[in-house]
Amino acid sequence: MSEINPSSLAEQSVGIVAAQTAHFEQPLCLKSGAILPQFDLVYETYGQLNADKSNAVLICHALSGTHHVAGKYNADDKYPGWWDNLVGPNKPLDTNKFFVIGVNNLGGCSGSTGPASINPQTHQPWGSQFPVLTVEDWVNSQSLLADYLGIQQLAAVVGGSLGGMQALQWTIAYPERVRHALVIASAPNLTAQNMAFNEVARQAIITDPEFHGGDYYAHGVVPRRGLRIARMLGHITYLSDDAMGAKFGRKLKDTIRYSFDAEFEMESYLRYQGDKFAGEFDANTYLRMTRALDYYDPALPFDGNLSQALDKVCAQFLLVSFTSDWRFSPARSHEIVKALLDNELTVSYAEVTAAHGHDAFLMPDPHYHAILRNYLHNIKVGEPS
Amino acid sequence: MSVNIAEFRHDFAIIAGWLPFGGKVLDLGCGDGALLEYLKSSLEIRGYGVEKDDANWLACMSKGINVIQMDLEAGLSDFEDQSFDTVILSQTLQAVHNTEGIVREMLRIGREVIVTFPNFGYWRHRAQSLQGRMPVSKNLPYQWYDTPNVHLCTIYDFDQFCINCNINVKERLVLTANQPVTFMPNLMGSLAMYRLESMPKK
Repeated sequence: MSEINPSSLAEQSVGIVAAQTAHFEQPLCLKSGAILPQFDLVYETYGQLNADKSNAVLICHALSGTHHVAGKYNADDKYPGWWDNLVGPNKPLDTNKFFVIGVNNLGGCSGSTGPASINPQTHQPWGSQFPVLTVEDWVNSQSLLADYLGIQQLAAVVGGSLGGMQALQWTIAYPERVRHALVIASAPNLTAQNMAFNEVARQAIITDPEFHGGDYYAHGVVPRRGLRIARMLGHITYLSDDAMGAKFGRKLKDTIRYSFDAEFEMESYLRYQGDKFAGEFDANTYLRMTRALDYYDPALPFDGNLSQALDKVCAQFLLVSFTSDWRFSPARSHEIVKALLDNELTVSYAEVTAAHGHDAFLMPDPHYHAILRNYLHNIKVGEPS
Repeated sequence: MSVNIAEFRHDFAIIAGWLPFGGKVLDLGCGDGALLEYLKSSLEIRGYGVEKDDANWLACMSKGINVIQMDLEAGLSDFEDQSFDTVILSQTLQAVHNTEGIVREMLRIGREVIVTFPNFGYWRHRAQSLQGRMPVSKNLPYQWYDTPNVHLCTIYDFDQFCINCNINVKERLVLTANQPVTFMPNLMGSLAMYRLESMPKK
């Protein structure tokens, strides 16, 4: 095992990709007690599954992520998948070596069964009747996808933020099915402050007159204003004060006009991000994603003792946090590290010096990517098929 | 910073001799992981390192060594009481600010503690001091203005420290140029190696 020279081989794109859909006829029992009678999971894969199926890596997405992790659907797409800087030939998560799976979580709005899907019992969109999902439910559904793809054991599960919670949950729920967990910018549960941001975001959506209790599809409207404010708030918390200062400072677009228009560049950025998001994302999905974040707390059945919660875990871990991330601070990653150490598990933990706040986990910082590259390089897989 | 294993093999070998086979070992300020790698291959230890420097951390992780990135002076609360067979502080003591606090933390976490440090009482250091210069040597390679070392001490000083702090010295070995020194170790010894434990309760 050795360090590898990142410049030795040119990084490439996975190229043109296409999503696939796995349909599951069996009912899925959810943590809430609700049952999804049937469901679809939309997913993408990159690279080739090897002969002994030992090279599969699952990427779990965060709040607004999708199955579209890397590559483009069309050559003229403006942007590639959301973690394209990580995934591809000779990239840190090298698709020459690994078979990488991106999946849209249940309750999502990018193709997997979610609140906007048709409820087979009513032939109407689920809307408010779509169940509240948990991280545990997502991981259970992802394990069914692994079955569907014929993969008994994943070489690794990788996730940042809410995705990191799913990676952690995989090692708890399916200890024998995960060899490595890469838990990035995550936490073993949310703090009160962190949940408070989610509550404000949800209130913005729920109190939007066009929310209609979650059944806005029937009214032909969407609660854009609420979703827009929720996203603006989220963006503030994903960035550090320093990053916002460096990016916008107090810069004006033009001049002070003594109005409430977007006069500062920061304001027009937030408005742009909010508008863009409100045009593509589903408000009911946003409510459920934030709720899943709030509810995740694997230590809860053990009186808050995370070490006991990880008692059955046998995966090897890489944890990464970022110094300027105040929404999922390094101290929260340390809690996971401590619980892993208490269980004498194999774990490395890096605290990356970065200015971008929570968003840093999506940035191609050279040291951060060297960490992921070298860790993934050391994961042993069988021969290519 | 790369460590040439061949150069340090003797102190590594002595440390290995103080560890149980397959033991659980924590190396504080583990550098590029050379010691843990050596102990893993020779004794099949279950090792963890603590390192704050990015490049060193990456070197450890790339060797397949468990390494936690943190400043050991910021506290070691990630580690439970008596959860390791041995906690090692190899040639780092002199760069630590809260010396007593760190040694106490090591004794809390480990059943045994190994501390090694450059002996400031070594005659070459004394000779340079007498010449009116701050000592520079193989074990103290820094100039006064760029040294990370803040708490240099002699073997005599550390013996007194252990007495004052009620720490039991199980073994002490002194090396110069990789050779053991028994005659006037505080004068003739360049590297001091201590095997410590909490004083047994009466």
